[in-house]
Amino acid sequence: MRISVSNENKPIVIASFFIVVILLAGTVYTLSTAGTAPLLSPKYLLQQLQTGSFLGICAAGMMMVILLGHIDLSIPWTLTAAAMTATAVGGEMALPTALAVGIAVGALNGFGVAFLRIPSMIFTLGVDTVLRGLMVAQTGGFAPQDTATPLMLFLAKDRILGIPVALFVWAAVSLFIIVVLTRTGFGRSIYATGSREGAAYLSGIRTRFVTMGAFIMSGLCASIAGVLLAGYSAKAYQGMGNAFLLPAIAAVVLGGTHILGGRGRYVGTLIGVILIVLLNSVLSIMQMPEAGRQIIYGTVIIAMLLVYGRNQRITS
Amino acid sequence: MRQGRLTRWFFQNVGLASALLLFAVLFLSYNMMHPRGFSAAVAVQNANETAAIAFLAMAQTIPVLLGGLDLSVGAVMTLTNCIASELVNGSPAQILLGIVATLLSGAAFGLMNGLIVVYGRIQPIIATLATGAIAIGLALLVRPKPGGDVDGDLGWALTNSVWDFADTYGIAGGGDAWWIRPFADIPVPIIIVLLVTVLVWVPFRRSVTGRTVYAIGSAEGAAFMSGLPIDRAKIAAFTLGGFFAACGGLYLAIQTSSGNADIQQAGAYTLNSIAAVVLGGTSLLGGIGGAVGSLIGAGILRVISFYFRILDIDPLLQPLIEGIVLLVAVSFGAIRTLRVKNKLDLFR
Amino acid sequence: MTDAIVEYRGISKFFAGIRALENVDFACKPGSVHAILGENGAGKSTLIKIMSGVLRPDSGEMRLEGKSVAFATPQAANEAGIVCMFQELSLVPDLSVADNISISSPPRRFGLIDRRAQVRRAEELLARVRCEDVDPNAMVRELSLSRRQMVEIAKALGKSPKVLILDEATSALTTRDVQTVYDLLAELKNRGVASLFISHRMHEVEALCDTLSVFRNGQHIETFAKGAKSEREIVQLMIGRDVEAQFPPKPKPVAPEDLGDPLLKVRGLSWQNRLNGIDLTVHRGEIVGLGGLDGQGQKELLLALFGVLRDVEGEVVIGGRKGIPSSPAAAKTAATKVALVPEDRKTEGLMLGMPIADNLLASSFQRISRGPFIDPALSRKAIEDGISRLQIKAGSASDPVMTLSGGNQQKVVIAKWLMIDPDIVLLNDPTRGIDVGTKQEIYRLMRDLANQGKAILFYSSDYAELIGCCDRVSVLYSGRIVAEKQGEDITEESLVAASLNIDVEVA
Repeated sequence: MRISVSNENKPIVIASFFIVVILLAGTVYTLSTAGTAPLLSPKYLLQQLQTGSFLGICAAGMMMVILLGHIDLSIPWTLTAAAMTATAVGGEMALPTALAVGIAVGALNGFGVAFLRIPSMIFTLGVDTVLRGLMVAQTGGFAPQDTATPLMLFLAKDRILGIPVALFVWAAVSLFIIVVLTRTGFGRSIYATGSREGAAYLSGIRTRFVTMGAFIMSGLCASIAGVLLAGYSAKAYQGMGNAFLLPAIAAVVLGGTHILGGRGRYVGTLIGVILIVLLNSVLSIMQMPEAGRQIIYGTVIIAMLLVYGRNQRITS
Repeated sequence: MRQGRLTRWFFQNVGLASALLLFAVLFLSYNMMHPRGFSAAVAVQNANETAAIAFLAMAQTIPVLLGGLDLSVGAVMTLTNCIASELVNGSPAQILLGIVATLLSGAAFGLMNGLIVVYGRIQPIIATLATGAIAIGLALLVRPKPGGDVDGDLGWALTNSVWDFADTYGIAGGGDAWWIRPFADIPVPIIIVLLVTVLVWVPFRRSVTGRTVYAIGSAEGAAFMSGLPIDRAKIAAFTLGGFFAACGGLYLAIQTSSGNADIQQAGAYTLNSIAAVVLGGTSLLGGIGGAVGSLIGAGILRVISFYFRILDIDPLLQPLIEGIVLLVAVSFGAIRTLRVKNKLDLFR
Repeated sequence: MTDAIVEYRGISKFFAGIRALENVDFACKPGSVHAILGENGAGKSTLIKIMSGVLRPDSGEMRLEGKSVAFATPQAANEAGIVCMFQELSLVPDLSVADNISISSPPRRFGLIDRRAQVRRAEELLARVRCEDVDPNAMVRELSLSRRQMVEIAKALGKSPKVLILDEATSALTTRDVQTVYDLLAELKNRGVASLFISHRMHEVEALCDTLSVFRNGQHIETFAKGAKSEREIVQLMIGRDVEAQFPPKPKPVAPEDLGDPLLKVRGLSWQNRLNGIDLTVHRGEIVGLGGLDGQGQKELLLALFGVLRDVEGEVVIGGRKGIPSSPAAAKTAATKVALVPEDRKTEGLMLGMPIADNLLASSFQRISRGPFIDPALSRKAIEDGISRLQIKAGSASDPVMTLSGGNQQKVVIAKWLMIDPDIVLLNDPTRGIDVGTKQEIYRLMRDLANQGKAILFYSSDYAELIGCCDRVSVLYSGRIVAEKQGEDITEESLVAASLNIDVEVA
């Protein structure tokens, strides 16, 4: 019996398969060394997903931008800036402030890319540097002493019905994005603009606003992740966002979204995130030193992309 | 209607010309403001700090000319840095071998990048993101902790002026020979960068493979239909990228006399290399620009940071000001969009 | 044929389920000017690409001068003497003319490219195509499309072809350059070079070629000498059925006073140096054509009316309201809706990588949405309507639009715009590069739309179209309207004369 999988869904199927492979490999390892199988325990998995939600939310925002054929290199310090301002402001206004930071940065990115038409790679890089500069200047280079608000702690650490609240937040963000991408004109416009901006423009799509919107969503996601991360660590700290940039890009691409834009399903990004999180968990359990982690991380990405990330040969 | 050669060069190289202008202005006013500006000592110190990023800017240029990107240049620099810190010491023969091995390892890594991109049919940005991780992992294997050793004489000779070089190795009368006098104060790092540029980049640009790189970035379909060796050019582009990154890593090792597998530093160098390339007039869309421009872009980046030493600015504000300057500098490209009268021209 | 220089037997090529070429036998003799005719989707482009090494056949055999050959790359084909001048042009915009002409085998010195020798070689070749005014050191990006085509021809000549293939080589050329190409082909013929000429312009084909081959649906139908068949018979072969009147009947010309208020009124429209004071009106139910030589401002006029150009001066009144649209988005949502079918369907009309369905809906998100959400039922119906109204031949609406033939692709573009029910429809050379059958469908469609009360303004590079379709034709020259012809006055002589800005009395 041959099951035919459409081209768009191939990466999702393969990535899911890889997740199973990783779980199996990890479990074999733990069984043979310690006789336990934490990877198969729901408690452990939920906890991994809880910390994975930060990456998941960043990747969600990143996907919107990559669908346009752009990239958002300002996620690390948008996340950090949102977290730091939230903890600094404190009280009821902490969360709204953080979100405002995310929206503002996203709007700035959108303006530079859509209206000034500066390549997103370099503009968001510049914005990231500026944000870093702002935070360093604000905090004197140290971790701020302010602590996370109770709401932030609740969102990041508490559980409802045994499931971490962070996962609910991630699920809410995911649902929102899935609806936007599949059921709204704005979502369809994102795909069109990413596929060929000139044709989308001539079809009457307001491509500048679409671009602006995608960057704002990316900034917003980064700020939400920042709030959660600050809640999880009970405070904000320097460089807290740096570890999320490359994995977010990797997750989006591993999920089958084309790096040049125009194609990709959000489900793929979800799977990509889960894959990276589980890979990290397994490597942690194996107590793999950083050297090994980096090499395995890179090799897995290449291997998976070799399997499905093929481009068409350009002949005309 | 034929234009004069200088006018034509200017219009066909607007990015490079403006970068030159910007650099000249910044550099001259920096030296004028510096209490010991225009002196050999300052020049040597500045050259030392610029050489590594200069090499990395050159490394990044060629993949960008293809219309792609190499996110592994910082990591390859780090890897070759660590390898150099292991090998570039001992007897002169061992030192030489160590240098060759370091450069070859960088080129080999670049070759691997090229092969993955061409035969794996994977977009450069994501392929090099992954191989960069592999490079850093390998660097950590070579140098789990910072350390290592690079021959002291070499370290001194290559990071100072020509006079010091001649003096260290006892050539040209220990630096006092008459024919070396006019060059005595030139910092050796500048000479090394120039030598590499002239011996490697210039011939490459004038070769069919080099031309193919530009053609691919400009119109890959047309390049293919014209019968240009597309695959060979792409592989060559990344291999050269790896080679230049290795030059940077080697220099860093010589300069610091040690190897340090610092992930943060690798990432920062990679991003800076992209900034240098853009500042130097090479288009991220490919097909326009060159390594010379990227060298100037690297120079611009470094000069900006030098300013902080001579001006009395709160060190806490430095990253912010650097960021704003970078943002403003790349925003100059936006002037083009204001002059565009047919909005379709905005979409390539 | 043993005296053929190239011979193909049983060539087949498939693309993702589409039969581009099926068991084609084809041969070409040296010293002939051989035309290849056929609708789009007939397989001409695919055959050419296989001949020139860009594509490899799935099956079949190729012989060059009697020997069996197979080309892995375009370079290999060039070295064997088969050179192609592509419709999409194989020039690299960011390299100079000299670089492009000698791009893959430049003269060398010490292993590196010898720039001066390149320039000299370019000058020689440019002189052969009578384009001495082109500066070899200029970037190709700076050249106009017609100059680029001439550079492409010069480049092809430089490879000393035994077989020269010209794919729509004259589509953007000025009259003078077209004559140069004709002379060149005659010269090559004398030298024994075989020329293969693909063109949709019948008069060109008849003027130049001694042998004609017709392709249809991926198959080689027939090859015959010039004069052996009438034009009507040839078209019949091309579309496989008898073609009656090419153009739908036109309503009787109406006197200007009886037309009523125009839906579109333009006074003194100017932009940069391309539009220099255009005065134009289009009424409901009218098809107005824009004539004139290529590049006189027709394109820019349509773009300006659609809101794509900045700093346009002059007065534009659309449906009684003053003001030019600020963007295509504004144009399509205004009280009087304006739609534009753009020049290049592949890069401006369609998102090639996306499904047919998404392309069809690209301008109509508002219409198929309830609130912020797209209603799947509404969108399905809209897609079905679009496909059936224009009879788009496609497998399924979720196929990528790039799998469609050129004519069907253009139908998708038109269907996309018809979905918003526009009041004014602008069309920029809509039938360029499209098969005869689809062309006729488009002509009929335009007349139907006009009869429904829409205003149609369209630019065509084909006089026959302007004569056959339009109620009125405004001829542009240097960014101004220099003549307006109506009804019986629209003839080839009057249009040609007006295009050249000559005053001619029409008897």
